[in-house]
Amino acid sequence: MTQSPLKIDVLVIGGGPAGLAAALAAKKQGAQKVAVIERNHELGGILQQCIHNGFGLHRFQEELSGPEYAARFIHQIEGSDIDVYLNTMVISLSKDRTVTAVSPTHGLLTCQAGAIILAMGCRERTRGAINIPGYRPAGVFTAGAAQRFMNIEGYLPGKDVVILGSGDIGLIMARRFTLEGAKVHAVVEILPYAAGLTRNVAQCLDDFSIPLHLSSTVVGIEGKDRVEAVTIAQVDNSRRPIPGTEQTIKCDTLLLSVGLIPENELSREAEVPLDPMTSGPQVNELRETAVSGVFACGNVLHVHDLVDYVSDEAEIAGTAAAEFAQDQLPGKSAAISIRPGSGIRYALPQTIEHNQPFDLYLRVVEPVENAVIQIGDRQIRHRKVKPSEMLKIPIKAKDLESWQGRQEIIVELKTAEQGRKKEAASR
Amino acid sequence: MNEQVITKTCIVCPVGCELSIQLGADGQCQEVTGHRCPRGQAYAIAEITDPRRVLTSTVAVAGSEHRLLPVRTKEAIPKDMLFAAIQELQKVLVKAPVHVGDVVIEDLLGTGIPVIASRDVKSA
Repeated sequence: MTQSPLKIDVLVIGGGPAGLAAALAAKKQGAQKVAVIERNHELGGILQQCIHNGFGLHRFQEELSGPEYAARFIHQIEGSDIDVYLNTMVISLSKDRTVTAVSPTHGLLTCQAGAIILAMGCRERTRGAINIPGYRPAGVFTAGAAQRFMNIEGYLPGKDVVILGSGDIGLIMARRFTLEGAKVHAVVEILPYAAGLTRNVAQCLDDFSIPLHLSSTVVGIEGKDRVEAVTIAQVDNSRRPIPGTEQTIKCDTLLLSVGLIPENELSREAEVPLDPMTSGPQVNELRETAVSGVFACGNVLHVHDLVDYVSDEAEIAGTAAAEFAQDQLPGKSAAISIRPGSGIRYALPQTIEHNQPFDLYLRVVEPVENAVIQIGDRQIRHRKVKPSEMLKIPIKAKDLESWQGRQEIIVELKTAEQGRKKEAASR
Repeated sequence: MNEQVITKTCIVCPVGCELSIQLGADGQCQEVTGHRCPRGQAYAIAEITDPRRVLTSTVAVAGSEHRLLPVRTKEAIPKDMLFAAIQELQKVLVKAPVHVGDVVIEDLLGTGIPVIASRDVKSA
């Protein structure tokens, strides 16, 4: 039996940090009926398993743990009239903002939303994504799966651990395993520099004398039923293993911390155009996608390193979505695209359509010292830029004024002399 | 002891400044460079005199659908006590409900620093 669709002004898909902040912002902006659909049994998303501290320094000037950071928002949601659908999974999303979801309590649910906010987050790259040869023994986990086993379920997934990839979750898990009595034998990173934040290398690896093998990778996994050892090798400039550099490390567990991918199955279904560099939707400065009334924020849009910026971004999307739903969103000006040029992996938003000051988010391709970021005609100096640290550059009214009539603004990284030489050498 | 320069990565915030700490012949900190804020300087001095870290872990919880309660030390504890502190946490069983900020251990190993709950846990 079909029921008439539920009318919702702003519907948020995902109850993690992005969804929570977006829903609260939408409510604050005057949206009447705001709802959050979350597939887990509780709100908070991945923050609930990130029990380490370091969250909230920008927003709250405090070092909170993940669950504490989430609690700040969950308490506000609980004190509001925002509807929360837990254990509820969205199974389809269409361009006209019709959402179909299922849950054990509500059965099949159809909603017609005034505006949609995509806040589905991201998922981890797995062994399949990086093609490690060998058997398929037990004991190979993504870092996030191991984090869940340890911090939520209460299991230690292994006692002798090698970690492939030096993303933040991998670094955090190296410390977590060590504190809980396991031995982390090595963190292996294919790039010549650590992928995670420098402070996590310091406080998670250096503090416990855990070796970090740069320009190295795992070339083999031994063991048939359970991991018994992994073989690592150094790699050359094209990331190919160098014969003769192999070493075998006995272990029972291999953790993979090899990157995150925005989870955009629903976005694709709704024909939301994606940016191949971020793997998330293309958006304007209000985080509106190219599908009218569909907004996106948080890790579904681009993978963030700091949750504080996720919340900031979600508030932009939430506010704009509420305005859209109430027919108050200002009309669009002639679009200007922002394009990443040399040295820049991505820049977000991809288009400017509202001519109001905003923060430009961007990531560089590789670490550079004494960098100059060129945005249009403006130059911004940075002592040090790294791919792991997202840059946030305020775009002011006077920038927008000088860009008037242009269709495209290119963002480039101008390197200092030594940076140029290094680039030439690696070609 | 000879004069020497120790380098450390600041962990106070995500910027991760590279700190240089000039030690005098007496092993005392003489000058800190590379920091971009006063907290970085304080961190550098503490790394030489009294290195501390906030410990985050979990304790067992009863009477809830959750098996574990995430906890943290309210302030940083001496770095050399981290493993002893983990042992202490393994002895703890708290009963739901718990609210974020509730004290789980009042005085961790005589440091005077409490261990606090880092989330709400409802009872089953």
